[in-house]
Parts: sequence; C-alpha cells; structure tokens
Amino acid sequence: MTLATSPSPLLKTTDLLSRSYAPQRDRFDASWRPSLSTLLGLGRSAGADFIEFFLERSNYLACQAEEDAITSISPRIVTGAGVRVFLGKADCYVSTNDLSFEGLKTALDKALSIMGLALPGPATPIAEINLELLRDYAAARGKDTWLEGCSSMADMGEVLLAANSGLAQRANHVQSRRAVYFRDWQEVLVAASDGTFARDIRLTQSVACNLLCADGEHRASIGERQGDTSNPQFLTTWDYQTTAEAVAESAGKMLYADYVESGSYPVIMANEFGGVIFHEACGHLLETTQIERGTTPFMDKKGEKIAHSSLTAWDEGLSTDAFGTIDMDDEGMPSQRTLLIENGVLRNFLCDRAGSMRTGHPRTGSGRRQGYTYAAASRMRNTYIAPGDYSFDQLLASVDKGIYCKKMGGGSVGPTGQFNFAVDEAYLIENGQVTKPLKGATLIGEATEIMDRISMCSNDLGLAPGFCGSVSGSIYVTVGQPHLKVDGITVGGR
Amino acid sequence: MPTIQEIASYAETGAKKLGIAKYDVYGATVDETSVQVDRGDPKQVKASNRSSVIVRVWNDQGKLGVTSTSDVDPVGMDLAMAMARDASHFGVEDHIPNFSPEAMAPTAQVQAEMLPTAPVGDLIHTLIEVEQQLLQAHPAIASVPYNGLAQRRTDRFYLNSAGALRQEARTYASVYLYSKTEQAGRKPRSAGAMRVHHGLDRLDLQGCVQEAAEKTISHLNYEKVSSGKYRVVFSAEAFLSLLGAFSNLYNAQSILDRRSLSTVEDLGQLVASPLLSVYDDALHADNIGVETFDGEGTPTRRVGLIEQGVLTHFLHSAGTAKRMGASPTGHASIGAKVSVSPSFYHVLPGTERRSDFSLKAADQVVFIDDLQALHAGVNALQGSFSLPFDGWLYHQGERVSIESATVAGDFRELLKGIIYLEPELEFTPAGLCPRVWVEGLSITGEG
Repeated sequence: MTLATSPSPLLKTTDLLSRSYAPQRDRFDASWRPSLSTLLGLGRSAGADFIEFFLERSNYLACQAEEDAITSISPRIVTGAGVRVFLGKADCYVSTNDLSFEGLKTALDKALSIMGLALPGPATPIAEINLELLRDYAAARGKDTWLEGCSSMADMGEVLLAANSGLAQRANHVQSRRAVYFRDWQEVLVAASDGTFARDIRLTQSVACNLLCADGEHRASIGERQGDTSNPQFLTTWDYQTTAEAVAESAGKMLYADYVESGSYPVIMANEFGGVIFHEACGHLLETTQIERGTTPFMDKKGEKIAHSSLTAWDEGLSTDAFGTIDMDDEGMPSQRTLLIENGVLRNFLCDRAGSMRTGHPRTGSGRRQGYTYAAASRMRNTYIAPGDYSFDQLLASVDKGIYCKKMGGGSVGPTGQFNFAVDEAYLIENGQVTKPLKGATLIGEATEIMDRISMCSNDLGLAPGFCGSVSGSIYVTVGQPHLKVDGITVGGR
Repeated sequence: MPTIQEIASYAETGAKKLGIAKYDVYGATVDETSVQVDRGDPKQVKASNRSSVIVRVWNDQGKLGVTSTSDVDPVGMDLAMAMARDASHFGVEDHIPNFSPEAMAPTAQVQAEMLPTAPVGDLIHTLIEVEQQLLQAHPAIASVPYNGLAQRRTDRFYLNSAGALRQEARTYASVYLYSKTEQAGRKPRSAGAMRVHHGLDRLDLQGCVQEAAEKTISHLNYEKVSSGKYRVVFSAEAFLSLLGAFSNLYNAQSILDRRSLSTVEDLGQLVASPLLSVYDDALHADNIGVETFDGEGTPTRRVGLIEQGVLTHFLHSAGTAKRMGASPTGHASIGAKVSVSPSFYHVLPGTERRSDFSLKAADQVVFIDDLQALHAGVNALQGSFSLPFDGWLYHQGERVSIESATVAGDFRELLKGIIYLEPELEFTPAGLCPRVWVEGLSITGEG
C-alpha cells in the first residue's frame, strides 16, 4: 500500500488578499492563531531572526472617596499590540492600537523597515509559524469570570466611604481624608516565532487610605496600601477598620514628631514595606537590563559573596495573591521562583529574552512590562529577604542609639549604585528601646557597601504591595523582608 | 487611525444612539519614534502610533461620568460612551464640572514650528555619532549607559456637544546623554544633559555632548562633604523641579481639597522672599511644547503666581475658578475629577549682578545641579524635602564634586530664605529660571 501525500502549497503574499482573518474582537483565544502565525511567518520570511507579538486588552476602574463623598470614578479601556523584531542582538519595538490584521501587518512592516528589512514580495513563499497549542493560563485557572466577579461601582463607593468614616472617627486634627481603590483587569496574548502562543488574565486590585493631619505648623501625612492579584471580591474582604486604626495612630504620633538629626546610625528596618531597601539597593542591580548597560556593580559577581552571610533573598512570581504574582511573564514564559542570594552569595540574575540573548544568563520568567506600548524587560516580581533566626526584640536590644524605620516611603537607585529612601515614620532607639517619633529622614548609601552591613534578620517575614517604575513602565511588585538590622547607614535630615 | 473629524463623528453618533445630550471629548494621537544605542550599535528602536480619548457624559440628572479609551473606532467609542453614562450614576452631586465658559473663546495665535520627522536611520546614525563624541571626550568616560534620541508628532483636540472644536499639532524632539566613568580605585561617577526642540535638525546636539562631558569630568575628583548648614545655589533645573514638586502651593484644586500648603486666605500674602517672581506661561516663545488650550478647551495664558514674594494667583480649571470667583487659567486636565497642573514656568531673573554672590569667589557654598528621587524625598503635603543631589562644594572659588549627599528643608522656609537670583535665565524643558541662592539649608554627607 502506498500513501498518497499532497503537501499543502506554501502560502504566498499574494494569497493574503483572498484570506479572511477574523479573530475574536472581545477575547484572545485560539482564533488568533491563523493571523498571528501568518504575520510571524511574514516577519521570518523578511529575514528577521525573531519576532514576537504582544496583544493586550485592559479594563481599569478606579474609585476615590474624599471626606464623605465619592469624588471620582474613572474607567479606562485599553486595546493595543506591540511587535518586537530582533536582528542579531539588536531589536526594535513598534506599538499600535489597531488590532486588525492590516493594523498588525502595518506595525510589523514598520518594525521590519526600521531594522532594514522589508516584507516579502508577492510570489515569495511564507513559512507560517507553527505555534504551540494555546497555553491558556486564564482558562486553566478559571480567570475568565474574574472581571464579572469584581465589586460593583456601588459596592466600591460604600466600602470607601466607610473606610473614610473610620479615619474620621479615629484621628485627631484631620485636615483631609482619602480612600482609593482600583482594579486593573488585563488580558494578554503572546505569540512568537519560536512557537510561543500563550494567554493569561491578570486582575490586580488595591486599596489605600491617606490621612493628612494638621495642627498649626505641625503636619503629618500617612498612607497605607494593600493589594491582591487573585480574588475578585478582594474589596469586600478588606478590613478597613484595622487599616484606619493603624493610619490614624501613625499620623497621631508623627504630627508632633521632631525632625531627625542627620548622621550615621545603626538602623532597624521594619518588615513588609521595609523591603523596598532591598528592592532598590540590590534587586534592580540584579536585572540583566543593568548588566546590558554596565550599570550594576554585581555584573561579574555570580557565585561570589556580595552580601552579609546572614542574607538570603528570593524573587518569584508564584506566591498566592501577592502583588507581583504572575502565571506567565509578558514574553509567555511560565513564572518561577528564583534564588537571588544565598547566605550572601550571588546565585542568579533576573533575566528576560533580550537579556538572555545579550548577557548569556538563563531566562527566569521575569520579562515584564506595563502594557503594549513597552517592550518587555527584566523586572522584579515578589522580591524579599528570607527570614532569619532572631526576634524583633533581639534586634532592638542590639542597638544603643539608632533609628527604627517603621514605615518606608519610596526610593530609587542611581546608575552608579547609589540609593536613597524616604522614611515616612521613624523612631529613635535608645538603649534597646523605641522612644520618640522622628520625621524627615532619608537613608542614603552605596548598594555594594550596605549589603554587607545587614547583620541580623528576624523571623517575621512580611510582604507588601508596591509599584515599580523602570524601563518597561510601571508594574505591580511585592517587596518584603523580616525586620532587619543595618549596622550603619547615613541618615539625611536637618 | 481615525482622524479627529471621524472621532467627533463617532462621538456624535454614539451619543445619539445612547440618548446622551451633553458630552465632551479630549484626545490625542501620538506618532513617536525613539532610539537608544550601545557602544556604536543600535540597541533598541521604538515606534508607536496610538490614540487615546477621554469622554465625559452628563446624564439626565446632570451628573457626570467619565471613561477613557484607546479604542477609538465606532465600536470602541460607543462602549466608552456607555461606560461613562453608567459611571455618571455615581458622579459627584456637589460642584459638578461643566463645560468651560471659555471653551469657544479665541485661543492665542502661536506660530509653533512644525518640523518633518527624520528617518529612523538618521536618528540611529546621529545618536551613535554623539555617543562616540562623548566617549572620546575623556579617557575616564567608559560608557553612556543612558541615552536616547526621540521625535514625536502630537495631534490633540477638544470638542463638546455645544459645538466647541479645537485642535492643534506639534512636533517635538529630544536627546539625552548620561555618561559614566570608570577609574581604577575610584568610584564610578556619572552625569548627563538633555536638549529639546521642535525637530531633530534643530536639536543642540553639540551643546548636549559638551554639557554631559563637562559635568561628568567635573565629578571625577570628588570628596565627602561635612554635614551642616550651607549657603546653597540651585541650578535652574534643580529649582524648577522643587517648585514643581510643591506646586500644590498655588494649585486651586489642591487648595479646595485641603491638600495644599496654602489656603484661600494666603492669596495676597508674602510667601517668599520679595526677590522671587514666578509665572506660569504655556504660551512662552521658548516653550517647545506650547499648547494654546487645556483639557477643557480653555485658552492658555500667562499667569503670575508669585510676584515679588506675594502669592498673587492660583492655577485654575473651569470648576475651581467658578468656586473661587475667578477665571479659568487654562491648566485643567479632564477626568472624573478635573485636575490642575502647571505648564511652563518663568522665574524672573535678578535685576543686578552682585560680586558678593559669585560662584567664582564663593566659599563653603554648595551648588546643586540636579535633584534626584523627588518622588520619594518630597512630602508635598508636609512641605518637607530630603533629597540626594549632584553638585559641587565651592571653596574659595574652586569647586570639588560632592561624593554623595542629601539636602533637606521646608519648602516654605526655602522660599523665604532666597537671598539672590542671578541675572541670567537658563532654559530647561520645565521653564526658564535663573540660578537661585538660598541661605542655610541642611546638607548631609555620606559616611
């Protein structure tokens, strides 16, 4: 018996005119395969080494209460796509709002022309890319109903007004009260010329309270944020009374606080958002984006000791509910748990596709971006220092005179590794006891030097949500750590 | 991409379909290209062509709802209108925003230069060339890790159901170069420069290279600075960044929200040294991003904020102006809650040159060239700041780079502590400003 084989003829550019691509407008699913497969084939036929399409739909809604009124409800709908073309190690990225086949083809054409390439001629065969079966994290985890499951506008208003009322009941000298909530629903589809074809839905939600108290010339502004990435009903589970209590207490203490006296002090950093120090002073320097630029002092230190032996640190995207949790990154790679530093020794960098290509480090599922207008880059997810063996009291007892940084503000790291952090709520430590409140402190230092001064970690790891702005836009991350002691750090003040 | 006329037509059709009688739309289309290079090779090129609009809808009860969208075809506009209508049921009941009374008033006639966009190849070639020049400027300059050359064309518009329709187009180009040094036994140092203009051909590329090189080289020899109180000179860029961070001082919306360092009663009060006069002037001839109308369609104009130390005007939207019995000033951005922000500062220069305020003869004076991390180190509601900076310590006229330090203080005290404004204005993307001398600010050196 013989088998008759009749291979289907290769697609040619001229054939595209007679083809009808009609993927779902309101959903990224397998119906997008034919058009994306063809477009990727066009890009490869043009001579590109690698092509990736990133499609995004997002539905964002923010609600704000000020004093006793809802003052803002802001929906935002975003649709867009980006195409990234690599030729050798160089790449270009073109984004568009137009998700039609012609719109995506125009974007591809522009990207190719930027790289000195051109779409193939009419008779050129197009080797369509054989995309994998759609890896649908949204369907696998039951996320398709998340958006409908979120709180209604009426519920949002009710909860936020109740939270604001809680602030009024608990605080003195209130000048302004604000409670805000947002939910950011995002559906993404990634298709690439290596066969990657993956879809996910993310639902990021956050609530925050901010209180401004004033008494004559004394002022204190304190905020508190919480976040979630997997529970559509997160808002209704928010314990706003506890949040209001904590914010009011902090504002009351800081209202009459003295300004910190500048100098070098031993510092106890609080757990949870205290982890922003590691995020800024070390985490960013472990992104391959920084290796590519030559702006990290750790670029050739893999396997070497870069921190105190008491320090172990992780970056991962797997924790349930954490603010930086993702099932796949924005390049379609499943998320993972990455050991950054083990007992002071640098083990891994955070790496995206371009970073892997340019630095040789393995990808870690860390290619992230704010949205379709940005190419993915190596970014952090949930980043934290592992707990140690000490108790918080043991840390305090080890300090004669120092600063307890209970609530950190934001911070940043410069191109030479210098970092800085604002401290929103600080206290003086005298003879192992927390004494008077202090305000106006900024912590400054060199990443390479400070890492070796983290000498004690307590056993109370806590995580906190945050926003991280960098080369690929603003993304949701978690920072975290146990309470920890830094033997000496410069505190800027007055 | 649809044209502005098409978007207007989609909005009108959608409104009719949904029975919406009153609406307005603000939007923009941006066509942008940017390049980065790395040691002579193109690193990343980005291009985008995108549109976005924000739709406001008033329902039968007069309440307002808003939605923004990047989906500007008829289906997307219909959806945005419907969502805005849904949101309107939860809209504010007091001080509901309305159309600006000046949405159809004539705007200023501005002859903004419109330059054609350059081919991407020209951008790459140009940036590689200037990167090379900067690398050759000094043996210690090892890399230019942060660099970029970008060009953008923006078409923005405002329209409303009462017949207002404004639109304008602008072109804009920018270059930034941030170089880094490496020397054995020394810490890496870095500095940079930026230039903006209407197009690639008009960018002062040589000026940017020279400034970046000069600043970077000047930081090679660095020393720690002792902590203490210093006389401080702010560059134009540093002073304007601080002024911008504390703009709630003259922001009418912040004042009405009780989230400002000022109150309504402060108008007419002395809030700064009498040497200081600050204007906001979106129409200034040096403003590369000149805009003739704001997000509510109100014509922009020059507004005196602080004149000889006295707080004279606030920045207004149509709504804040109505509540305060003033005129809108053309500083609004529309949203569910209209926000107000400055456009382009003009700080008047000093009127005389004084030899006792010369850096050439300065002793123990700190010059702050660039303030960093304003997002973290400014507490705009408390009025306090504590910020790292790039700068030099002047000692008997000689300058030495400061290794690492912060400057801290209270912004209101800083304004009153101004002792001198130099007579020359410096141009920055945020505005025009002279160097500003301030007495007695806290400097903390590292270590």
